[in-house]
Amino acid sequence: MDFALTHDQRLMQVSLVRTLEQASSLDRVRRFAGDLKDKGADVWQALVEFGLAGIVVPEEHGGLGLTMLDAALASEALGAAVAPVPFMGVVLGPIALLRGGSPEQKALWLPKLASGEVMAAAAISEPIAGARDGAGVTASGGKLFGKALFVPGGMAAGLLIVADTGGRLHLVKGDAAGLTRTLMPGIDETRRLAELNFDSVEAEPLGGGPGLLGALRDAGWVLVAADSLGAAQVMLDKAVAYAKERRQFDRVIGSFQAVKHMCAEMAAELEPCRSLVWYAAYAFDAAPDDASLMAAHAKALTSEVGRFVARTATEVHGGMGITDLLGLHFWFKRLGLNRQLLGGPERVREIAARLQGLAA
Amino acid sequence: MDLNETPEMAAFRGEVRGFLAARRDDYAAGAAKDPKAWQQTLIAHGYAARTIPREYGGYGAEPDILKSRIIAEEFIAAAAPRGIANQGVSMLVPTLLEVGSEEQKRRWVEPTLKGEIVWCQGYSEPGAGSDLANLQTKAVEDGKDFIISGSKIWTSTAHMAQMMFALIRTERQAAKHEGISYVLIPMDTPGIEVRPLKTMTGGSEFNEVFFTDVRVPQANVVGGRGRGWFVANTTLKHERGMLGDPNATEARLIALIELMKSETVDGQKIIDNPIFRDRLMQLQGRVLAMKFNGLRLLTAQLTREPAGIAGLIVKLQGCELNHQLAALAIDALGELGILYTDGPHLRANGRWQWNYMFDLGLIIGGGTAQIQKNIISERGLGMPREPKPAAA
Repeated sequence: MDFALTHDQRLMQVSLVRTLEQASSLDRVRRFAGDLKDKGADVWQALVEFGLAGIVVPEEHGGLGLTMLDAALASEALGAAVAPVPFMGVVLGPIALLRGGSPEQKALWLPKLASGEVMAAAAISEPIAGARDGAGVTASGGKLFGKALFVPGGMAAGLLIVADTGGRLHLVKGDAAGLTRTLMPGIDETRRLAELNFDSVEAEPLGGGPGLLGALRDAGWVLVAADSLGAAQVMLDKAVAYAKERRQFDRVIGSFQAVKHMCAEMAAELEPCRSLVWYAAYAFDAAPDDASLMAAHAKALTSEVGRFVARTATEVHGGMGITDLLGLHFWFKRLGLNRQLLGGPERVREIAARLQGLAA
Repeated sequence: MDLNETPEMAAFRGEVRGFLAARRDDYAAGAAKDPKAWQQTLIAHGYAARTIPREYGGYGAEPDILKSRIIAEEFIAAAAPRGIANQGVSMLVPTLLEVGSEEQKRRWVEPTLKGEIVWCQGYSEPGAGSDLANLQTKAVEDGKDFIISGSKIWTSTAHMAQMMFALIRTERQAAKHEGISYVLIPMDTPGIEVRPLKTMTGGSEFNEVFFTDVRVPQANVVGGRGRGWFVANTTLKHERGMLGDPNATEARLIALIELMKSETVDGQKIIDNPIFRDRLMQLQGRVLAMKFNGLRLLTAQLTREPAGIAGLIVKLQGCELNHQLAALAIDALGELGILYTDGPHLRANGRWQWNYMFDLGLIIGGGTAQIQKNIISERGLGMPREPKPAAA
């Protein structure tokens, strides 16, 4: 039994963090956030060179052929760096093709995804988080109709994985006729969400049966949970560092138990999340019977703990915490988006109950 | 990450399971019919006193964390009693094995393991709780003996114990932490009075112990005079791990799920009420996270890597979770949940109410939640200690 990261995984973490320090500094994130014309191409290029574009694409298709746990560790590092990268599609695209694509679809798309030439995005919000404002996509005669909301990376993606209201999945080319995309400006300026409108858009159905949407959902939950873990850990670290420096009443504020206990509570809530995220990611590949329930709990718990850490770490910073000067709000908002994306914790826990036969 | 069991471990699990199945008549509902005989059986098979050398009455196996864990898991799954797990076995014996003299080990370990000697722990005092090192129960020398006077509190098994292991201030001139000795005291020594301490559960799970000129040989000191604080700290860490044990928390969650599936209100199952269901799911997520945190700690132990914060949070989080599980069970029972003593409507023998009250004591005992947060922030996050106030 070995419940730990491998040596290679630890090396990858360290080296990815270093890459992101260079490619996605807070200054760089600020520029992206302030300029919609900035597509973050240089950040993406640095990650492509790292190999991240093909992290779960098998080696025979030009990728690294790594596991969901590796992808989760990457997602954690991206969350920690509040990196302006729509990573979810980078993982969900290949998984959709691997589990539901024909040999031709795999051969066509996987190398392009692995090389970073094409980015994928998954439009699966409605059948998982529920439909808002009448959204939903229907398929008829090989064409898609309707709209899909809250698609991470949907503005730039060259390949779309689209779920219809029946839970079946379709491949849509980014330049397909009848497809329009509109930015959904949100609180988190480090990741752009798209509204996709389908007016008789040509699509190829994916196989994989009803399990495919579930697999994409589980993978999405794990990745969002890992992103939250990374973002929350940075907020905690920043709060502790600030409390050790900031002086009031002739003492560093970190020597007051009121402040220390806030930090201890954050650590005590966050650290178990790490183990749950690791196990949920591991289960995706190695323990399929557990995978969905663990992904759900990882998503729901990191949402709750993420919110607690975001507000508490901000509070430890006092008035400075709410200023733009420190930039802490980028992490705060990242966690805010993660909480709702692919279902808020109440909805996800209801699915968790259903998965074990505790709810109808 | 690889959670698959090796064939050797799977075989060992099978052995434990077979042992428990074959002896199902010897225990019921987590209790042995004859606790002393059960303890002997467990030691003989290596399911108790597993790594304690044979010469001291143990089974004498090499330490194997995985096997220990498998034993724990299978005993929980079978609701089988773990044998004698009093403070003598769990705290005194490891202390003696680590720092006791050869004579002390030979004299005390085996009868303690067999349940022939029951021990109580004399640490806390009315004026020394969280600030344990401030303890004032003192010993003065008289020839080869100590004369002890003072009092102890929270001594759980004092009313049935033959012996106490206690922290006593023996060195009056020494600094706070250096003036304490770890002393073994026979409870039938003249001058010892035990008074039960009734708690909110209605039971007396604890006692107060008063010492008036109690004469004890100086040879009863373990680990050297003035070393008591350090001797006690070698085993206090075991107590904290025990108090947040995720296996016990998971077992309670399972019982809670069963309760919510079987109890009804207005003919509707509690589990079908979305508000209760969501509370259950919130707790399940936290229980799972602590379970995997436990596996991570186990691996860190195996590979001898520091566990860091993951280890420091176990007592705080585990005890809080246990308490919240009991709280949800009481809410799920609603008005039934307020019943406590025998009656036709009483559920689970009043266990949930008892747990809810008793476990609040566990949040406080063994290092309060606030002390745990100090430990997490100081040792885990490197934050400074609160400075001492200037003398008035």
